Amino acid sequence: MAILLNKDTRVLVQGITGRIGSFHAEEMLAYGTNVVGGVTPGKGGKSHLGLPIFNTVKGAVAETGAEASIVFVPPPFAADSIMEAADAGIKYCVCITDGIPAQDMMRVKRYMRRYKAENRMRLSGPNCAGTITPSQGMMGIMPGHIYMPGRVGIVGRSGTLGYEAASQMKARGIGVSTSVGIGGDPINGSSFRDILELFNEDPDTDAVVMIGEIGGPQEAEAAAWARDNMKKPLMAYVAGLSAPKGRRMGHAGAIVSAFGESAQEKVEFIREAGHTIVPNPSAFGETVARVLAEMQNAG
Amino acid sequence: MDIHEYQAKELLATQGIRLPRGGLAYSPEQAHYRAQEIGGEAWVVKAQIHSGARGKAGGIQLCRSEKEVEQAAEKLLGRRLVTAQTGTPGKLVNRLYIEETVQIDREIYLGFVLDRKEERIMIVASSSGGMEIEEIVEREPDSLVRCSVDPGLGMHEFQAREIAFGLGLDGGLISKAVTTILGCYRVFRDFDASMLEINPLVVSHDELIALDCKMSFDENALFRRPDISELRDKSQEDPRETFAADRGLSYVGLDGEIGCIINGAGLAMATMDMIKIAGGDPANFLDIGGGASPERVAKSFRAVLQDKNVKVILVNIFAGINRCDWVAEGVAKALEEVGVEVPLVVRLSGTKVDEGKAILAARAPGVIVADTLAEAAERAVAEWKATAGRAA
Repeated sequence: MAILLNKDTRVLVQGITGRIGSFHAEEMLAYGTNVVGGVTPGKGGKSHLGLPIFNTVKGAVAETGAEASIVFVPPPFAADSIMEAADAGIKYCVCITDGIPAQDMMRVKRYMRRYKAENRMRLSGPNCAGTITPSQGMMGIMPGHIYMPGRVGIVGRSGTLGYEAASQMKARGIGVSTSVGIGGDPINGSSFRDILELFNEDPDTDAVVMIGEIGGPQEAEAAAWARDNMKKPLMAYVAGLSAPKGRRMGHAGAIVSAFGESAQEKVEFIREAGHTIVPNPSAFGETVARVLAEMQNAG
Repeated sequence: MDIHEYQAKELLATQGIRLPRGGLAYSPEQAHYRAQEIGGEAWVVKAQIHSGARGKAGGIQLCRSEKEVEQAAEKLLGRRLVTAQTGTPGKLVNRLYIEETVQIDREIYLGFVLDRKEERIMIVASSSGGMEIEEIVEREPDSLVRCSVDPGLGMHEFQAREIAFGLGLDGGLISKAVTTILGCYRVFRDFDASMLEINPLVVSHDELIALDCKMSFDENALFRRPDISELRDKSQEDPRETFAADRGLSYVGLDGEIGCIINGAGLAMATMDMIKIAGGDPANFLDIGGGASPERVAKSFRAVLQDKNVKVILVNIFAGINRCDWVAEGVAKALEEVGVEVPLVVRLSGTKVDEGKAILAARAPGVIVADTLAEAAERAVAEWKATAGRAA
């Protein structure tokens, strides 16, 4: 059943009546995602795209039994919307919004820890392209058609670079179990390691591609964890070999500010942890194909 | 976003943190007057630029007379100061901060950062101030005192006290350190800072004085911090970046000659890597963002062409929310309106790719179309080498 999202997952769209939320809710419906409603405070009781609209996430959960939600709320209000989802009992939340203040995200993470582990919401993003389980459901803004269903997991910070990987794989007939965007912000809901743990336990995933970039400790942390715990091959690419130190490359989190945060250092660490390096961003397809072939030969 | 030392000190002053007396000067005469106003027998003239390591670059001068202050100001104002952190063009000095001198009994380092691993505000302090933090970490790791603050609960007095004792302070300095540390924490939290550094914080006659201060702020939070947004000094930015930022584009200027127009920060970095692997050097990072209209694409061309070093432009779009037909429209528009004299390599993929390619074929026949990322980078580098060859 892949991870986080399948064809039965009941999905809410927070910020569904906004221009962006509305556009992508429609795309998600067209993809076959089980979208059950939307939330826009003040527009409860109306309907949009044929879906019921609610004033609060709690109200929406009570009516629809929604278990997942995707947030398209503008940056000043997005953190509040994520916390509202956590409090309403949503199990999985994807936040697409780019531009949330880092201190707001610190508070969100702290807020989520109020709940016991079994009731705690899982968040991915913000500033991500979302999550897709090909041919089952899409909570995100990706072009769904470039993902072929299959057995390789993808986890990455960047949206478009994830598309690049998925389409190179599709060109070689390799499909994806689930692709998860963790986003380009310095403080994010799920880390690489969090998602690797899920893929590791997923019977429908045989191998995982991790797409990292400069800045922060998460790629190295994931590589170290995987060295000791991962039962499946891990392939990794780290973007930003040509990025100068101390300059922010688009993503709020893509800045080399400490030892170990450059692309070169991360690649070296991941290689030393025994994982496969995707040597350049045009080599996703061939690297995955080679690793899968080696797995097959090894029986 | 960075601010100047004197601006950072104004923020510290609101918290009752002790600072040397000082004043701002835009001209040598004003510097002279400031020195007079401050009084005393010696002054420090400090170039206000967005960079550390100013001292070694000659940006901080000790003066023994008002005349010397004026002369130092004469030398510094209007000059571009190149420090270890600015890169070759350096940063323009157009204001100076004149300060009284302070007796230094001890130097302390005090820094606040957003710790990405802990997801908290982290305070790092050291009794070995006066050096850069990287140097302290390397040479005096045992001198470091750390403390992280739970974002749900805020910073408590005992935490500030622990830091103060950890630094080996005692007596009346403890309560002064607590005031300083909690004051910095409030500035950091209330103004959405991403970095705050007092280095050195000095012990001087039983007082704690912030001799130098650096602050950076979270750009994502500027919408709610108008007081901080106002402190932006465009003269400290790369003019190429200011041009792009004013048009809502995410751009970082680099040293190469291959201009880049890409959607998505990750793909942009990856494309730059690919250019490097193919033997070239990118002139810039540019992410056009999602839902880019033809106008936005045309604007991106203008931003990239601001850089006169650009010899080739590479457009790489993997359209998700974007649409290849809009991007192609934008390319055509740029060719018609902006005038693109350099070779142009375009790679389109994703949503509406066939429509996009058709538009390029019809309206931009001179464009080199590539199908994959590798091909696009190789073609761009080949064109760049050919141009360089012609020039040589």
